[in-house]
Amino acid sequence: MVDLVDKAREIRVEVIKMLTLAESGHTAGPLGTADLFAALYFGGLINFKIDEPYWDDRDRVVLSCGHYCPVQYAALALAGFFPVEELKTLRKLGTRLQGHPVRQIDFPGSNYKQLPGIENTGGPLGQGVSVAVGMALAGKMDKKKWKVICIDSDAEQQEGQTWEAYQTAAKYGLGNLTFVIDRNEIQISGNLGEVMPIEPLRDKLTAFGLRVFEINGNNHEEIMAVFEQGKLFPDQPKAVIMKTVAGKGVGFMEGDFRWHGKAPTSEEAEKALWELK
Amino acid sequence: MNLVSDIINVERKATREGFGEAMVLLGRSDKNVVVVTADLGESMRVDEFEKQYPERFVQVGVAEQNMMGISAGLALSGKIPFAVSYAVFNPGRNWDQMRVSVCYTNANVKIVGGHTGISVGPDGATHQALEDIAMTRALPNLMVVAPADFEQAKKATMAIAKHKGPVYLRLTRPKTAMFTTSTTPFELGKAQVLRVGKDVTIFACGGLVYEALLAAEELKGEVEVEVINIHTIKPLDEETVVRSAKKTGKIITLEDHQINGGLGGAVAEVLGEKWPTKMVRMGMRDSFGESGEPEELLAKYGLDKDGVIKVIRKII
Repeated sequence: MVDLVDKAREIRVEVIKMLTLAESGHTAGPLGTADLFAALYFGGLINFKIDEPYWDDRDRVVLSCGHYCPVQYAALALAGFFPVEELKTLRKLGTRLQGHPVRQIDFPGSNYKQLPGIENTGGPLGQGVSVAVGMALAGKMDKKKWKVICIDSDAEQQEGQTWEAYQTAAKYGLGNLTFVIDRNEIQISGNLGEVMPIEPLRDKLTAFGLRVFEINGNNHEEIMAVFEQGKLFPDQPKAVIMKTVAGKGVGFMEGDFRWHGKAPTSEEAEKALWELK
Repeated sequence: MNLVSDIINVERKATREGFGEAMVLLGRSDKNVVVVTADLGESMRVDEFEKQYPERFVQVGVAEQNMMGISAGLALSGKIPFAVSYAVFNPGRNWDQMRVSVCYTNANVKIVGGHTGISVGPDGATHQALEDIAMTRALPNLMVVAPADFEQAKKATMAIAKHKGPVYLRLTRPKTAMFTTSTTPFELGKAQVLRVGKDVTIFACGGLVYEALLAAEELKGEVEVEVINIHTIKPLDEETVVRSAKKTGKIITLEDHQINGGLGGAVAEVLGEKWPTKMVRMGMRDSFGESGEPEELLAKYGLDKDGVIKVIRKII
């Protein structure tokens, strides 16, 4: 059995390293959700094949809050989808690790080479939520066994499209779809509760027809358990409100919205990595 | 070209009807074809598809942004979704979703925008899409198709389903002249020389192609007008455009759309680089439309046969 605490720590280390080299990008969200990504790719929550990344029967992980991509890149690399070394190219010219994740169906003349394991082009908030609903609908139409897990951020609940997508998921009874909402209480310009409150989130999600769970997203047992519980509701889409600490694991970043959209300097990175070790 | 033999006395049917008929055929021939709509199934003529293939009909309600995203998700899972609504909303309201989830992703989504142009009529300017060609033409990876009549809409629908990659299909509401026939050839990306002339060329798209043909017919003997149907605005058939410009040396573009950024813009860009030619762009001149009957509106804004004749006489 893989030690998920240790895996999450490895993911956090790679996140800090790649962002520092990139000199830009988002730090707080990726650090906060490293435990979820460890559970997904190392805890057996999803089916995938690293040598056949777009295998038909794989489970789909849609990252709607695309700015979290460093954590998914790190998890994919550590899981073996591509060399860990490649993480150093984040945001650099010619890289497959674009500043926001790209899923592109190949065509002649395209200047992008697909980073394996990425399922959606993400960044503008709300879009991945709908894309995930579309995928889950297709899976249901074809009576497929695969499932869709969509990660969206708490500030993404301010975006109208997100709710359009939820109501459709409920209408079509998409039991093969789970939204994991990262509740870290920060967004780019401040604390979420001040920028635009989203409460009562649980009641709103329930009213929109989702089966709602609340967990501590920095606790692996709770993450693993909630997906087990979700299986009890095969005909209803699930929403997991996952409370996390923004910047988790690095004391001077934790809970501080100023780390939403910036990368550490090399001195800050040194301190952060020391803390993570 | 196998057009109807009598161009003056023709039957009339809307391009949306041709689209609707083709969708039923496609539903039968390809099980991956899915329709996604935002409460406008009946007026976009996909109600028959819904009746025959309810399990492949997705109704998202009045939520066009979501419709576009869901279509992208369906396409990424092997479906061929047609995202269907009025063009003022689709792509008017969901352009960002079209840009990122569909075009950048190169997802195989067919975006169908209905009720384009002032020929929408009584609903008024809010519902008359006059900017959709400009909005779609600016996006990489997206093909832009505006069929000229009922039969062509049917063929275009069948053709874009076969094309791998995102396409925008521009449709119209009123019954318009059917001047092509079931045997008129149609090939995506290939402009159609409907009438050969030497004095002036009209590049037109959509329902106004017919007005150009009428104008050319009326001026027969006086001015020899070449009429070219640009049903595929992107990628533009540059070769045909430049060849005709070299021949006649005088160009008119005609569209039920703003003159900025639409067909006129596309032709001007190509000729500006390759063969600068005297040119008049006909369309809405940087203004919104208004309520009225389609024919009244086309006459008021100078986009009917008489308006075209006036411009031809001026440019000659």
